[in-house]
This record gives sequence, structure tokens and C-alpha cells, in this order.
Amino acid sequence: GEGSTPGQPGVLGGAAFPFASPRFQIQPKPKLYVCTIQLEQQYTRGAPLGLRPSGSYSNTTSRENCFYASIPPSVDHPPATSSEFCASSREEKKKIARRKQKRTPCSLLARLVSRHLPLAPAVCVRGHRDAKPAAWTSADHALTGGTFCRRHSGVLQATRIFHTGQPRLAPLPPLPEYGGKVRLGLIPEEFFQFLYPKTGVTGPYMLGTGLILYFLSKEIYVITPETFSTISIVGLLVYVIKKYGASIGEFIDNLNEQKIAQLEEVKQASIKQIQDAIELEKAQQALVQKRHYLFDVQRNNIAMALEVTYRERLHKVYKEVKNRLDYHISVQNMMHRKEQEHMINWVEKHVVQSISAQQEKETIAKCIADLQLLAKKAQAQPVM
Amino acid sequence: MASVVPVKEKKLMDVKLGELPSWILMRDFTPKGIVGAFQRGYYRYYNKYINVKKGSIAGVNMVLAAYVLFSYCLSYKELKHERRRKYH
Repeated sequence: GEGSTPGQPGVLGGAAFPFASPRFQIQPKPKLYVCTIQLEQQYTRGAPLGLRPSGSYSNTTSRENCFYASIPPSVDHPPATSSEFCASSREEKKKIARRKQKRTPCSLLARLVSRHLPLAPAVCVRGHRDAKPAAWTSADHALTGGTFCRRHSGVLQATRIFHTGQPRLAPLPPLPEYGGKVRLGLIPEEFFQFLYPKTGVTGPYMLGTGLILYFLSKEIYVITPETFSTISIVGLLVYVIKKYGASIGEFIDNLNEQKIAQLEEVKQASIKQIQDAIELEKAQQALVQKRHYLFDVQRNNIAMALEVTYRERLHKVYKEVKNRLDYHISVQNMMHRKEQEHMINWVEKHVVQSISAQQEKETIAKCIADLQLLAKKAQAQPVM
Repeated sequence: MASVVPVKEKKLMDVKLGELPSWILMRDFTPKGIVGAFQRGYYRYYNKYINVKKGSIAGVNMVLAAYVLFSYCLSYKELKHERRRKYH
């Protein structure tokens, strides 16, 4: 099956003594569980559907091999006989085998193996803390466990069912604020509480005093020069601790808090980052709704371009037509003008031709006389 | 005397005196059990007095005092000779 890696000896294989009581998880639906242990070594995915020679199957009946297990819908009612159980599972398996073309090799082998096995297979979950044994376990049941085949075409479904118990200590409970109470820095409070019902409040102190005097008087504790150095040192220590203890404690607590604040910052930053990413994603999702604007704009642009082109062409047509018409008009005008000029020239020429020499002299004399008259007139006028 | 809860699972403080031998014998004296007992004891002390947010010096102090006592007991043999009086 997909779940197990090839060559991995069943975790189960070592512990698969067939008479251990299997502990397994009861699933509400009928499921087929496959335990693949050592078969992956023998078979590859591309194994043909044909059967291998039965020599290799002689090992397969051993408990270390893969077989199908089929759990009937109501696990509370164990099958009457194991053979009936096998039969039902066999039928199911045949149906399943007919349904799909591609089979995992373990499934193929399992079919064969299960025919040999007279056992009703059980499902075992290793490492499952809260597994409850079913009512119909018996010593004959081989142990299964390990990995399971995944769903192929929706017919088989087996999920990994390790670690389905409630997780303990998660999330981790916070550290207690203060440690256990201790009196005189040496003796836990529980001792005082222990003696309180019998001796009251002063009991432990009297006990302590009595013990000290007893040790001194019987010289169980011997007074040596070391005693005095001890007394001085202890006295000094007590003084220092009493004086500076609180501040040192605060200082160290601050260090701790700084560390925690740093980590918290990292956590918050990460959370914020993720939230920003989420918002960005949402914004982009919202943008998807507005995609139609893009297309509308493009459509508008195209429509405008078409309109513009149409108008340009219209204008061009107009110009061309006007051009042609103007040509005709100018041709007409030109002809008209030419004819006029020609006529005028012709008339002038003939008139000039018709003027004889004598007529010309007479005309010129008259002109001179007129001019003299005019000159006299002009001379007379400015004087006035 | 029969008790309602089996002796096996009681804590030491709940065991009655008469049941003490059987309780002691019940304990797990394999190496693994002994190691486990030491571990448990250590973690009990550790979690009660040291692994807290605002621990005091008492956590360390008790260990040091125990060490002092222990070393005094070990060296009592030599200290006996420094007694001021022979008979008490």
C-alpha cells in the first residue's frame, strides 16, 4: 500500500506473536485495512495482475505478511464462524477487485493470503493509547498494525489511526508563579503543616531547638574552629540575601521577561504577517469581482477606435469627391477665362489692325491738343 | 486489614503501617524502576521549587543544606576525635 515504504520490516513483525491480544480502534463504517509489512520488498507497483508462483506464498501465510482485514459493520457481533467471515470478506474483495483495474500488489496478495488464513483478521493500532479491545478478539487472531492502504477509488478507505487519543499537556500549562513555600529558607512549609494539628504553631520550632540542643549536648554536632567560620559565613550570606535578594530576583526576572517578550514579538510579527497576507488575499479576491471593468474599458476603446476609423474614412471620401468636383469647376473656369481672353485679344488685334496710319496721326494730334488744354486748366487752378 | 483501594496504587502517605512491608515489596526494584524513581523524585523537586517563574533561593538552599548534612555525616568518624568531652 501507499502507506508503507518498501523494505521496511513491519514494526509489527518483531512483535507479531500471534497470540497477543490485539488492541484496535473500532470504526463505525466497514473498512478494509491492509497491513503491509514485508511484501513491498517482493512486489513492485508495476507487478502484473498475474499471480506469482505459489512457492513464494508459502511464506505469506505466516503472521508477518499482508492481508486484508474486513471489519463487519457492527463490531459488537462477532461472526459466527471465521470461515463465514472470510467468505464475506472474500466476496467484498472480489467486488472490489472487479471494480478497479489497478490494484496494489499488497491487495492482490492479501486476497490470496486471506484464503489460506483461517483467521478473522483484526485491526491493531500500535501506540494507540485509548484503543479498546473488541468483544470478539481471540487468541487466534493474528496481529496487524502498521500502515494502511489509502483510498484508491473511494471503495477502500483506511486512515492512519495512530495517536487518536486526546493529547495531554497540550497546550502546555503555564509555569507556576511561585515555588513551594519554604520557611527559614530551609524547611518546606509542608513540615509545619504536618505538625500543626498535634503541636500547634510553635511545635516545629520547639522541635528544632530541642534537636539543636540535643546535638550540641551529646556532641553529635562537634564544635570545631570550623563552626565559627561557618557561623560567620552563613551570617554574611543571610545578610546579603536579605538585603539584595529581592533586587537580584527582579533583575533576573527582567532578563527572563525580555526573552519572553522577544519571542512574543516574533510570534506577533508572524501572526501579523499572516494576517496581512490574508487581507491582501481578500483584497485580491475582491478585485476579481471587478474584473469586468477591465473588459468594459477595452470594449469602449475598441468601439471608439472603430468610430474614429469610420469617420476618418468618411472624411477622406468627402475630400476626394470634393477634389474631383473642384477639378471640374476649375477646368470650366479656366476654359471660360481663356475664351474671354482670346476673344479680347482677337478684338483688340482687329481693332488695331483697322486703325490706318492717317487715323493714327489725327488721333495723336487731337490728343496733344486735349493735353494742352488740360495743362492750361491745370496751371490756372493752383494759382487760384 | 483489608483496604478498599489495592495497596499497590496508594501513595506512601496513605499506606497504613501494617501494609508498609507489602507496599515496599511491591515497589519496582529493577534497575529501570530505580532509575525511574530517582527521575521522578528529581522532577518532583525540580518542578516544585526551581521550575517556577519567581523562584527563591530556598530551592537551591535546601539542596546545599542536604549536601552539608550529608558530608557532615560522612566525615563524622574523623570529627569524633575533636570532641571536647569523651563521655556525654
